[in-house]
Amino acid sequence: MTQELEWLEETPSQTAGPFVHIGCIPTFAGIAGVYPEDLGKSPINDGAAGECITITGSVFDGTGWALRDAMLESWQPDAKGYFAGQVDADPKVSGFCRFAADAGTGEYSLKTIKPGAATMRTGVHAPHISLWIVARGINIGLSTRVYFEDEYNDADPLLARIEQRHRVDTLIAKKVKTGEYRFDIHLQGDNETVFLDL
Amino acid sequence: MSSNNNTENDPLIPRNRANHPVVYDPEYKTSVTRSPKLPLLSMESTLSEETGPVFGHNLIGELDNNLISNFSQGAALAIGERIRVHGRILDERNRGVANTLVEVWQANAGGRYRHDRDKYFAPLDPNFGGCGRTMTDEHGYYEFMTIRPGAYPWPNRSNDWRPMHIHFSVFGSGFGQRLITQMYFEGDPLIKLCPITGTVKNQQQLDRLIAPLDMKGSRPMDYLAYKFDIVLRGRRQTQFENKPQGS
Ligand SMILES: [Fe+2]
Repeated sequence: MTQELEWLEETPSQTAGPFVHIGCIPTFAGIAGVYPEDLGKSPINDGAAGECITITGSVFDGTGWALRDAMLESWQPDAKGYFAGQVDADPKVSGFCRFAADAGTGEYSLKTIKPGAATMRTGVHAPHISLWIVARGINIGLSTRVYFEDEYNDADPLLARIEQRHRVDTLIAKKVKTGEYRFDIHLQGDNETVFLDL
Repeated sequence: MSSNNNTENDPLIPRNRANHPVVYDPEYKTSVTRSPKLPLLSMESTLSEETGPVFGHNLIGELDNNLISNFSQGAALAIGERIRVHGRILDERNRGVANTLVEVWQANAGGRYRHDRDKYFAPLDPNFGGCGRTMTDEHGYYEFMTIRPGAYPWPNRSNDWRPMHIHFSVFGSGFGQRLITQMYFEGDPLIKLCPITGTVKNQQQLDRLIAPLDMKGSRPMDYLAYKFDIVLRGRRQTQFENKPQGS
């Protein structure tokens, strides 16, 4: 016998299910009047510094079908790379957003400002937005990152860890036109997105 | 949203995936095409995971934590067995997680969700919406009032039923602590038949999703109580941190 460790174990995740909208974005689900507005409606307030961008995409299952029931959350720093709560952070940037795949088309869209590169223990990380994806059939929320094709990504410490270099591309949003990017997420298949365990 | 004055941006303790459901489970058919097949990319947490949104108590309206009356805004009560659900949000260090947002959603007493895509013929309750939220206090305690949700059938194998359950969403102080889970009720015989609960292969871990009846937390002639604690990932705290950048 030894002494006992005193750690607790993390509670197991369970799928968010098809009705996650009721709890997280009730107005989107047609439940009006309980809360004044849905949490995380926008990651920015008027006057946030930086380039306004829209990221559009879908979450595809292994058959190539766009999920209609996915809910996503994003978390990002401001245009200078500071997260809300850090000294010097832009007070107009909360950094958090919730959005859902459209029930008809499966497409999501995130309107925000482009984040700046952020200095961390592991070095300077290229501009990126963290995503967390939940849906029916996803038993534990999936984490990934959106980087941008028109930024310098070659020195990013996380992207550098990806052995199969062609998979780096799954984390890079493609520029459609000024201020508009496309970022599709593939849960399985040839283009399976790199999901993270950080 | 208030500003984040949390100075704890310590690294998160790596997640032990064995404590969680398997991602691919043929008995839960939707997981077959929605589970990543390739390994996750593991590395130490960064600021992107160690920081996260912080919400203030001013977010919470007076009835937000009362699902019996929040849909009608107090005008009428939802139908069902009145229950109080309470517990603590903790981290792996066994410390209460203070001032963190807890959101819940559930079916009504007949097992029907107020959602376009729920086609079950059990009726909607005109006085039940099915969502609620609250913040933990400075010690990590939370509570809300609701009605016991009904079990419901769902399209999977030919006759699958969800046990009575309440969905929980919890934040913590870092985006990497984010957790969505479900609370089940002590004694429900459907728990062991359900392929979704069955994705948690470790029985000890599954037991932690089952809330015990708590008679001492109940109120005579009013409501029963169930206790449900949730443990989030913790943070590593030591003075002996390597500085790989040579700083
Ligand atoms: Fe459910």
